[in-house]
Amino acid sequence: MPVGNGRRVAVVAGYRTPFCKSGTSLKDARAVDLARFVTRELLERTDLNGADVNAVIFGQVVPSALVPNVAREVSLLPQFPKEIPAYSLNRACASSGQAAANAYDEITLGTADVVIAGGVESLSDIPILASRRLADILVEASKAKSVGARLRSFSRIRPRDLVPVSPAIAEPSTGESMGQSAEKMAKENHITREAQDRWALRSHTLAAKGTDDGRITAEVVPWLPERSREVVITADNGIRRDTSLEQMAKLKPVFDRRYGSVTAANSSPLTDGASAVLLMSEAAARALGYTPLTYIRSYAVAAVDPGWQLLQAPIFAVPKALERAGLAWKDLGVIEVHEAFAAQVLSNLQGWAAKGWEINEAIINVMGGSIAIGHPFGATGTRLVTTLSHEMVRRDAQFGLLSICAQGGMGFAMVLERN
Amino acid sequence: MAPGAALTWELGEGGVAVVTFDLKGEPVNKISRAVKQDVQATFEALEHDASVKAIAFFSGKPDTFIAGADIEEFVGLTTAAEAERLSAQGQELLERVARFPKPVAVGIHGACLGGGLEFALACRYRVASDHARTQIGLPEVQLGILPGAGGCQRLPRLIGARAALDMILAGKVEPARKAFRVGIVDELVPHAILKEITIAAAQRMAAGWRPRRRRPGGFTGWLLDGNPLGRRLVFRAARKQVLAQTRGNYPAPLAALDAVEHGLKHGMAAGFKREAELFGQLAVTDVSRKLVQIFFATTALKKDFGIPGPPAPTTVQRLGVVGAGFMGAGIAGTAIVHAGVDVRMKDADLPRVAKGLTAAREILDDRLKRRRITKYEYTRLVALLSGSDTYAGFGRAELVIEAVFEDLQVKQQVLREVEGTTRDEAVFASNTSTIPIHRIAEAAGRPERVIGMHFFSPVARMPLVEVIPSARTLPVVVSTAVAFGRRMGKTPIVVKDSPGFWINRILTPYMNEAGQLLVEGVAIEELDRLMVEFGFPVGPITLMDEVGLDVGEKVVGVMHEAFGERFNPVPAFAGMVKSGRLGRKAGKGFYQYTGGKKGGVDPGVYELIGAHPNGGPRPAEIIQRLVLVMLNEAARGVGEGIVRTPRDGDVGAIFGFGFPPFRGGPLRHADDLGAARVVGELERLADRYGARFAPSDALRDLAQRNTKFYP
Repeated sequence: MPVGNGRRVAVVAGYRTPFCKSGTSLKDARAVDLARFVTRELLERTDLNGADVNAVIFGQVVPSALVPNVAREVSLLPQFPKEIPAYSLNRACASSGQAAANAYDEITLGTADVVIAGGVESLSDIPILASRRLADILVEASKAKSVGARLRSFSRIRPRDLVPVSPAIAEPSTGESMGQSAEKMAKENHITREAQDRWALRSHTLAAKGTDDGRITAEVVPWLPERSREVVITADNGIRRDTSLEQMAKLKPVFDRRYGSVTAANSSPLTDGASAVLLMSEAAARALGYTPLTYIRSYAVAAVDPGWQLLQAPIFAVPKALERAGLAWKDLGVIEVHEAFAAQVLSNLQGWAAKGWEINEAIINVMGGSIAIGHPFGATGTRLVTTLSHEMVRRDAQFGLLSICAQGGMGFAMVLERN
Repeated sequence: MAPGAALTWELGEGGVAVVTFDLKGEPVNKISRAVKQDVQATFEALEHDASVKAIAFFSGKPDTFIAGADIEEFVGLTTAAEAERLSAQGQELLERVARFPKPVAVGIHGACLGGGLEFALACRYRVASDHARTQIGLPEVQLGILPGAGGCQRLPRLIGARAALDMILAGKVEPARKAFRVGIVDELVPHAILKEITIAAAQRMAAGWRPRRRRPGGFTGWLLDGNPLGRRLVFRAARKQVLAQTRGNYPAPLAALDAVEHGLKHGMAAGFKREAELFGQLAVTDVSRKLVQIFFATTALKKDFGIPGPPAPTTVQRLGVVGAGFMGAGIAGTAIVHAGVDVRMKDADLPRVAKGLTAAREILDDRLKRRRITKYEYTRLVALLSGSDTYAGFGRAELVIEAVFEDLQVKQQVLREVEGTTRDEAVFASNTSTIPIHRIAEAAGRPERVIGMHFFSPVARMPLVEVIPSARTLPVVVSTAVAFGRRMGKTPIVVKDSPGFWINRILTPYMNEAGQLLVEGVAIEELDRLMVEFGFPVGPITLMDEVGLDVGEKVVGVMHEAFGERFNPVPAFAGMVKSGRLGRKAGKGFYQYTGGKKGGVDPGVYELIGAHPNGGPRPAEIIQRLVLVMLNEAARGVGEGIVRTPRDGDVGAIFGFGFPPFRGGPLRHADDLGAARVVGELERLADRYGARFAPSDALRDLAQRNTKFYP
């Protein structure tokens, strides 16, 4: 086995909150609440003693200005001793995948035995920024030495300075938004509107099936509201059972109204949610009496020029991860591909096919993907680790792969194995 | 310096003598005769030592400053004159401290109560630590007396009449933060620098600095506290409020009010005199004696595990609560607030769990709203609460308390489920109000780990828990339940595993009799009014609404099955339950409730129970029937060993349903009336109203031997 110094890293368990479209059922929960909730439930459901945990790592893409290190707030849950260090990281949409990867590194290197890795995003709880001019004036006023000077600063504020600036999902280096990138990829890779809608419909159909037969539900911890007027949320609210290709075909493209093909229906929605996995060294899992679901065999990250095809880096990350795992594409029994856009998924598949790899849809995203389930940026990675692990157990698949495209032209891949 | 009983001192920098009060052989500092002599001698030495320029005074105990006067000494007083002299001596000593030629600063950390605060008030400068353990107050009225060492004089002069009366009349103990806000302490500092800051203040005063205090309360303060006219209004309002609250049953708050008012009107000296006089009178009242007895009883119960040679209890860190209803939520919320344990709730479906979690959280919300906890503590505590519709998370619970529907089969089912998920050592406690524990334990694989923990509603406020071991329950399970009840801030009494245990055993005949009286034509409000006048916090009909008529019906059913005719249910109540008049929780019972507030009597009720409010027996007879039927059953319970001692029985009745504390509890009250008289009255009532009044053997026995429950 081609890993580090031979300490295998077990995926013991994983859970997530329901994933809800931003501004809907979870809009009153802050990201830190979601992250703490899912972690606490992970502890309850695994009956793990918080004192056995060595580190907590969380991914989050748009942190709250008030809670910049969400992982530390998680590790300050009263179920843990206060001495568990924690940090938060940002690898864009692959953040919690990266959290799991970093946990894997720590455990492999022997600096930790038990790590909780997770991710969270609340796009209902994003920092709204002030304009640059207003910010400058406020900073100046706060440094003013006299009331008069302060008033002079304030007097320079103009109405247009008060217009808030919300963070955009656009590449700082190119100014191109995610959707525009997906649109570009659809065109350059000749992915038709119909193919995209078909993939989206597949995502919804399979996710609905996975929810109804309990495979997805088993990973979801029902969200119990803090106020009595709210209802218990037991399932993702983006999965559509009532849609059809005809209905999807009616939607106008969002990013290129004339010649475009990317629509709201074949893209993943802005989503709130959190997920977490419990990772342990094989020895620790045995000592604490857990039966691992899977083991992490390798991971890899790749990056491309964001000005090229922004979401196509997985076609470079996956071969790297497979090479590190000492495996070939054909060894994989289950594959989870993050679905930012149907155009991106189909582009990724096309890229892999171009390597001569056979694309067997029967083992790809077998319970749907982010288009239906939703995509809280920080939380998708560990959702995929959990889903993939459970499906590998169910199918008794020896090897599985997860692949995530991320902002900045990055791609993330991880290979899991059983026994 | 030669050590006295408690005080030592050494000369520090700048001529500041650092005095340390550390009462040897006692866990806390308290003021006794010996301590007073020591204070006197020490201050004399300090006065004559020319190198001493100022004094900084501290406690040597880690978590108390001075807990108050030595109550044992106070109990030894037999005459009012003797008590008055004790008070006057205290005043004199503290006057010496107040007029001490060298400035005195105190650094207060930990409880600073009663005489301890009176001492601090006599010092020139007060610094307190902002620690949660620093609690400040004058709780004397809770023992039926008043602050008799000048407290009624110095406090109103320092913080104004209104704020002083607030503290003295309720005997409330306040956190240091509040004491600082109202102006009792001059500075609030972190514990780590308390000593340094206090010494520095003493040094500054030695150099001629005088602390300047703002008149408390600003303009409103002057309007109400600062002039005789305003004060007259304040006192009139306070007197009215005290009378409404005590109904004339407790003389201490009124006397304290008098002492404060007299001092403000006629000057310090006259105030001291009045204060000592009133202290003397109060000290030998029956009410004070009773309150002190209860104080001792609860103090003793704090160390009593209810079994001989109790093994060390298991420390509970995780609590499982099955049943997310009102009781379950109350137990969960209270366990978090007081014991700080991780709580996992379980109920059959998630909406119910969510409702229970919300209700439990409300207990925390309330603490936050009343500023008993900070929002950061709130965030930590609220994260201790979680729940689910499965038993996930019960595996590491040391204790599981069930509060599900009061039904043997349901409880046994829950017990089996819980045993399937918890470790072998886990304790299973049932919050049943009536079902014998050994019956529930019949379903157990580990019956020796099953016990009863009967809480009272609302759990957050009711201070009692009945702990009920069955014959098979292990001692360690008993001590674990008792210790955890205590951590939840409750007073546990260990009672025998018999239907209704102690509280429902003695309450049921009382409630039944109330129902009987309704049928005989006593008006609902009249019945309640009479018992409130007797000293209960609420009357029996209001209590029935609070408990819930369906619950009451169930209890009576169980009791009747177990004890027969004596517990015959009042048939009139069945109609109430059938028509959905279940009490407060249903919005209607005997009274109407709108938006959670109690309204008037529901006039439709009389028709429903087939009664006409036309007077019924005369008031004295009503009271006698209600009280004696309870006393009789209490005596019978003691005879059967339901409670281990009369002490437990009385504390239980006072804390469990508010038996008038100034009467000392049902058994103490029976003693006061005299067993022979009680037997005679019961015989008369039995002749007239039926066998349910037939005096119990226990009472007959006492009467015959001419003895008492508390010999």
